[in-house]
Amino acid sequence: MNCIIIDDEAAARAIVQQLCSKIPEVDVIEEFDSAIDALKFLNQHQIDVVFLDIHMPGFTGMDFVQTLKNPPKIVMTTSDTDFAIAAYEYEAIIDYLVKPITIERFEKCVHKVKNALQQKVSESSVENNSTGANEDLYINIDRRLIKLKLSELLVIEAKGDYIEVKTEKEEYRVHTTLKKIKEKLPEHLFLQIHRSYIINFTKIIDIEDNSVLIDKNVIPISRSNRPELMRRLNLL
Amino acid sequence: MSIQPNIDYIKKLSGDNSEFEQKFILILKEEFPEESQDYKNYIARKELKMAAELVHKLKHKFNILSMTDAYTYAVAYEEELLADDMSGNAIFLDFLDTVKNYLNTL
Repeated sequence: MNCIIIDDEAAARAIVQQLCSKIPEVDVIEEFDSAIDALKFLNQHQIDVVFLDIHMPGFTGMDFVQTLKNPPKIVMTTSDTDFAIAAYEYEAIIDYLVKPITIERFEKCVHKVKNALQQKVSESSVENNSTGANEDLYINIDRRLIKLKLSELLVIEAKGDYIEVKTEKEEYRVHTTLKKIKEKLPEHLFLQIHRSYIINFTKIIDIEDNSVLIDKNVIPISRSNRPELMRRLNLL
Repeated sequence: MSIQPNIDYIKKLSGDNSEFEQKFILILKEEFPEESQDYKNYIARKELKMAAELVHKLKHKFNILSMTDAYTYAVAYEEELLADDMSGNAIFLDFLDTVKNYLNTL
């Protein structure tokens, strides 16, 4: 599970970082001393969990949670217990750690996050199966709606105000953003591996250090997206 | 009115990783004096809401250094500052001195 840490105090960030390092499956992707910087990052990256300090000057943890449209799982960290009840009013907030955080309490928290993430995946899978949705995608080309089979998509690349959709047979140029099309793609098939590329995960031929090969396309993997890609691989 | 700080919590968190312990002490040595000075500046300028923000940060350091009494005092003092009452400043400064002296020994 990949995570980011948001806290205006370096000492507090170092503690959470150290706690995460004790649990092999938790990868800290970035740390932020301001919630605003973290928001920008979250707009471009898929993160499983955010360790978030409630009390930050200017833009509080609660402001942060309210601002997110599709929030990842959030664990609040704080010195105050007063906010606990308010925190649980938000669905995205799944735990509340009071500083100084003990190792035992942190392990319980990670267990809770894992359960919540597994639940999310199974709910999403049930939803897709029951509706039969997410099998096709319609794109608008010259006022014509063209049906694409999601299973035939290979790579989607951002190119300025457009995206380029590559299938096994054709390439299409569509006036939209990578972020918008990402919302329409099922997570179990597609993965953003770079700020300009989403790939069909099932079409990977091979992976080198910093790139994947899909059909004849060599697609770069960004440093921040690499842990999620590696997590999804069925590695021997 | 002060209790002796310690780094038991940091040691427990470090496990066998003395590198983390040293790195963390360095962070404390950098961050604590800055926050203390900011606090004193805000008090001197009677900017009590900003001073309360700094008390909030400093109380976390008390917590990390196992200074339970100082932490409890800071929790109440933060509220007093938000209510425009800075009468607790002298005792709070004593706690800051205790931490400063302790960090100098590390």
